[in-house]
Order: sequence, then C-alpha cells, then structure tokens
Amino acid sequence: MIYFDNSATTQALPEVVATYAKVSEQIWGNPSSLHAFGESAWNLLEQSRSQIADLLGTKPSEILFTSGGTEGDNWVVKGTAIEKQAFGKHLITTMIEHPAIRNSMEQLEMLGFDVTYLPVDDHGLISIDDLKAAIRPDTILVSVMAVNNEVGSKQPLLEVAEVLKDYPKIHFHIDAVQGIGKGMQSKIMNDRVDFVTFSGHKFHAPRGIGFIYARSGRKIAPLLTGGGQERNLRSGTENVPAIVAMAKALRLLLAGEKKAVASELAIKQSILEHIKGRRNIIIFSEDNDNFAPHILCFAIEGVRGETIVHAFEEKGIYISTTSACSSKKHLASSTLKAMKVADAVATSAVRISLGDQNTLAEAETFNQVFDQLYADFGKIMA
Amino acid sequence: MQYSEIMVRYGELSTKGKNRQTFIDRLGSNVRNVLHEFPEVKVHANRDRLHVDLNGANSDEIMKRLKLVFGIQNFSPSVQVERTFEATAEMAVKMVQEQLGDAKMTFKVNTRRSDHEFEIDTNEMNMRLGGYLLEQFDQLAVDVHNPELTIRVEIRNNGIFLSSETIQGIGGLPVGTGGKGMLMLSGGIDSPVAGFLGMKRGVSMEMVHFFSPPYTSPQALAKAKELTGKMARYSGSIKFIEVPFTEIQETIKSSVPEGYLMTVQRRMMLRLTQALTIQRHAMAIFNGESLGQVASQTMESMMAINDVTTLPILRPVVSLDKNEIIKIAKDIDTYELSILPFEDCCTIFAPPSPKTRPNLERTRLYEQRLDIDGLMQRSLDGIKISEVKAGEEFLNQEADAFAELL
Repeated sequence: MIYFDNSATTQALPEVVATYAKVSEQIWGNPSSLHAFGESAWNLLEQSRSQIADLLGTKPSEILFTSGGTEGDNWVVKGTAIEKQAFGKHLITTMIEHPAIRNSMEQLEMLGFDVTYLPVDDHGLISIDDLKAAIRPDTILVSVMAVNNEVGSKQPLLEVAEVLKDYPKIHFHIDAVQGIGKGMQSKIMNDRVDFVTFSGHKFHAPRGIGFIYARSGRKIAPLLTGGGQERNLRSGTENVPAIVAMAKALRLLLAGEKKAVASELAIKQSILEHIKGRRNIIIFSEDNDNFAPHILCFAIEGVRGETIVHAFEEKGIYISTTSACSSKKHLASSTLKAMKVADAVATSAVRISLGDQNTLAEAETFNQVFDQLYADFGKIMA
Repeated sequence: MQYSEIMVRYGELSTKGKNRQTFIDRLGSNVRNVLHEFPEVKVHANRDRLHVDLNGANSDEIMKRLKLVFGIQNFSPSVQVERTFEATAEMAVKMVQEQLGDAKMTFKVNTRRSDHEFEIDTNEMNMRLGGYLLEQFDQLAVDVHNPELTIRVEIRNNGIFLSSETIQGIGGLPVGTGGKGMLMLSGGIDSPVAGFLGMKRGVSMEMVHFFSPPYTSPQALAKAKELTGKMARYSGSIKFIEVPFTEIQETIKSSVPEGYLMTVQRRMMLRLTQALTIQRHAMAIFNGESLGQVASQTMESMMAINDVTTLPILRPVVSLDKNEIIKIAKDIDTYELSILPFEDCCTIFAPPSPKTRPNLERTRLYEQRLDIDGLMQRSLDGIKISEVKAGEEFLNQEADAFAELL
C-alpha cells in the first residue's frame, strides 16, 4: 500500500501507541484526584504540557488540550465571540477555511454576528490589502489558516501579523492543523498570534486529541463547562494517555521536521514534474514557497475525482478527492471554487498529501501507475 | 558570533566605599556558583569590572544565567582581538554587519584605554575607527549623543576587546552582602516575592516552612521546596527548614476561642522562626505580609502577632497591591507554582471569621492555657534542614520515568 492521504489522517506511530497503552494501563488515575495516584497522573499531564510548550516556545499555561482540530477551531471562533461580543460583533476569515471555521462562522452569523470572508486569488492566497480594508472598529477576530488542506497554499501569516500589530485588541487565530511540522513554525508561532489550533492525528498521534495555543492575557470563553479542568477553560476529565502520546508524537515530528520537509518536497516535485504539461492536467499546488511541501492538488479534466481515486486505489495507492471531509458528500472543493476554478474542473480534482514515511520510490511507483491510468482515461477525456 | 568574554559592570556597589572589596568578592563567588555547570569558564572579579572568560562556552546560556544575578548593572559580550588597529577594525566591521539592516543607523565608537602604553590614544581610536566604519558602510551616520549603535573598544594589556551590545542586568546587591534573613515561606503568591525582594537587597535567605501532616499534604511540602528551587536561581542554593506544626495547631484548636486561632497560630510561628533566627545566626525575619490583604494582615493583627519578638520583621511587599505582587511573581516564575491548590497550614483550621482587630491583652490571656515552651521544644526537635539547588524540582518525583514515555 502506498498511503498518500496524510492530510486526512496519519498512522499513529508504534512508539506513540506504546506510550498510549502504557499510560492507559499504569497511570490511569484522574489528574483531579487528591491522592498520590491521581497526583501522578496530574504530574504526567503537566509534564506533557511543558514538553509541548518547550517545543513550541510558549509557556506551559498557554497550552490547552482539546479533542482535536475541530474543537480547537470551534472554540477559538465561538469562544472569542462570546467573550468579546460587548466590544464588537465582526469577525474576519478567509473563503477557503476548513469547515470547522467556516461553519462556526455561519452559526455566529445566525446569531447576529457579521463575518467578512476574504477572497483568494488563483493561487489560493488572500491579499493583505483586502484584509486591511476589511478591518473595522468592531472587529474582534481574524482567523487565517496556515496551510490550506485542499491545495496546500500558505497564507502570508507574517504579513497578517504585521497588519494586526496596529490593532492590538483583535484576536488573531491561526488554524495550523496542516502547518505543523512543515517547516513554518516561526511563521505560525509569530510574535502577534493569539490562538493557534493543532490536531494530534495529523502528526501520528491517536485520534481524538489536540490542543490550542492561547497567548497569556488573551481571554476566550469556554465552550465546555463542567468540572473546571484546563484552568476552568475546557472541562472534561483529561485524556491523559492521548495527551502524553501526542506530546511524544510532536517531539518526534519536530525532531525529524527538516528531513521530512525535504523528503516530502522531493516527492511532490517528482510527481509534479512527471504529470505537468500534459493535456487535460491542471495543477493547483505550485512548486514554490507559497505552497506547503506535502500537498499536491491536480485535476484530470473530464475524469471525475472519485473515478481517479478509485482507479489509484485499485493499484494500491490511496489518494483523496480534495478534503476527506467533503469527499463523501460529492461536493466540489470549496477552496477551488473560491479560486474561481470552474465546477467541471473542480469535480475532477484530487489531492496527494504526503507524510514523513513516504519515499521517492513510492513517487516512482505512483508515476508509473499514473502513466497507465492516464492512458486509460484518454478514452473518456474530452 | 563567538564571544571571548562577557564584561560585567557592577551595580550600586561601586558607591559603597570601603565595603567595595567585600561586595566584589561576593559577586565573584555568586557568579562562579551560578556558572558551576561550565567548568571551562573563568571568572575574574576586578576592581572596576568583572570579566567572565568564556573559553568556548555558549555565550547565550551564560548570559541567561547572568541576567538573574543580583549586583549586576549590565553586561556586554565582547570579542578579544590582537592589539593592532587592523584587527580592531576588522572585528568592528563584523559587529556592525551583524547589527545593520537595510535602514540607516547612527553610531559612535567609545574607546577606553586601560593600557596607556598603547600607541593609539582614546580620541585617535574613536576618530580612526569611526572614520573607517563610515567608509565601509553607506547606511551609517555618526551621532555621539544618541547613537543607535555603540561600538565599545577596550584597550587592555592582554588584547583589545570589542562589544556592540549592552544587556541590562537585574540590579540590586550581591546576595550575601546584606546579612542572613529567615523567610517565612508558606506556598502562596506573596512570600516568594518577599524573599526575592529581600535577596535583591543582598540578603542571604533561608526558608522556614511550617507543615502539619496529615492536615497538610506531602504535595504542599514539595511545592514549598520547588518554590525554593525557583528562588535559588537568584543565589545558587538555599537552605530549606521544615518545621513540624501539627501538635501546635491541634493544641491551639482545642484550647483557644475560634476568633483567636489565627492570631495565636501566627504568634507560635513567629516564636519558632525567632528561635531559628537566633540559632542560625540570622538577623531578621522576612515575610510576605501586605497591609490589609487578609485578616492577619491588618495593623492590629500585626501588632498582636509582632508582640512575641523584638527581632526586626521585614515585609518587602507590605505596601504592594495584590496585582503588583502577582506581576513580580510572574516575572520570577513562581506564580504558576504558587496557585497550585494544595492546602498549607495557614488555610487549615482557618476560622470562618477570624478577628481582624485582635485584642493584645486577650491574646496573651488565651495563650496562658498553652505549654508554649514544651510545644516549641518538641517542634524544634523535629526540624529538618535541606539544601535546595537552583531550579531543583520536587512536585513531580517521577519526572525521569515520565520522560521515557514522552
């Protein structure tokens, strides 16, 4: 099997699963319990938090655990809205955000909030002038993703940060679910950002765990209230085994980041070089610094995305129609739509997303399979 | 840049007349203590400056530690070059390159010549080197009054030393020059801040911590020790004295009216601290009391409690607002620890409504019911003294085992 769908999810590493198992079996106390057994779980929880904080250059108190990327995005958007509604009811985001952001914004619109969706150009990038024009006295949040999950475009985070330095009261959120470990940590953890969303299972941690960075001094309302865990900001008994496993996965991810980025980029380039310039092939992910190293989105015009996915699947190669979230609904990619790609083309788009375990040899196999399939598809291509 | 030494400028101690040498020696040994993990580093505490010879050690790590040492006004990482104009100019160019962006920048050269035999004098070095740098960099302009960049050149017998940065130290007086004090350390936010402020004025501090098992937990004790480890980053290491307090608290609870529990308890703590102060040749007691903050910290309470000792009780945070104390606690990284919710012996048996204006005569009267000498003796017989090192941790005893999982 060749797994080229790492933006959908990744395989939990064996050593990460081993940690998960060991903690589940041995340190299963409730961190809130007063006795030594609970205290031990608390210490392990806090040691994991410190490790994540050290890896990202933050304070431990700025790391808050969640159930994953969707919760993190929901929390920052709605938590900001609840916390800051007295100061304003305007939020800014982009037209190509993950549905966790987009649908949260739409829910807020139903509650009377006002949302500006920044358009993107044909490279999937927002314009800083549009952002400047969108900011209003009642703006409370600017939420921008680090790396688009469908085409891999990288938003100009540092430029956004520069603009927002003139508006110190606006919360600045980055959805970094696809950006962590992709050689852009200094851009994500920049000196202006207030909130960042991370998801564990995108970097070989188990499902159902994630965290947000929340700059100290910045307030958001909790969405989950109850027993007061996570400094009263996110109630629910802490998922200690998954948290420890995620802290380990993050350490391994960042330790191997440089090598992984180089390898993923080489694989992307190999495939890109192989397929580009052919009839009916349209490539959306470019080979330059505006795009992440691990995502390659392209369309074979005239062939539906699902057909391409299943054809590759038959040869043992797993890729995806743009995002996993929308693929089962047979919807055209909303990112491509925002990039003003015609529907007919957008429904023909597929996404390759790479991880650190992929190899150049796999790229060669992919290229050979591509040639066979491309020849077959010739019969149906317009 | 690979620096050869850090040049440290003294703080207030330069004004201290004949005590100067004591201050310098103490600062020298404190700096050596703080840098003990770097055996290659040599520290020379001279009359006018302190020099830290790096001998290849990582200057960033060294500077991170120097920033916490009291008695340091500021310091500059410096590079040593051969005693020639050419070598000096070459290094100055490198330093300017490191600081200069695309924008224009004003600068000056500031020369100090301790070796008066050297052929170029101070003025001539300023002029020649300044002129040379102006020729090399278009973006540079001279401003001798408010330069954005100052290239410092020190001509010494053993070489010429250049530096371009001056980093602020923490100020204060070297710990140990102000005598020894005993800090009543609870585990809350205020007492570590009081300890820090006392140390800032040169006091070598020992921690006195009361614990009452099983009413207080082992974690509360570990927390107090870990706080001590945080404070020890400013002085090298700190003595931690655990004072058993269970019997005293139980006895007071059973024989003193509720409104006076707190006052009598505090008087006992103070008596014990006084005994330790005398025993350990210290001169004053420090605590984290802030006027009006809680029932025990009204002026009336202070008077009723203070009554048991004639030793000076110094209260560095007496007039700080809670927010000001919290700010310092965050700066010295004790806040997060302090707010961990373990009960200490000040909160157990805390009456729902302690007297905010205890009457001194009645306090003394109630105390007559207690065998004060016996209680004190048994407590003092049970004290434990340990040495806590800079940054030492106690709360998480399994940290190493956990690190394997992580």
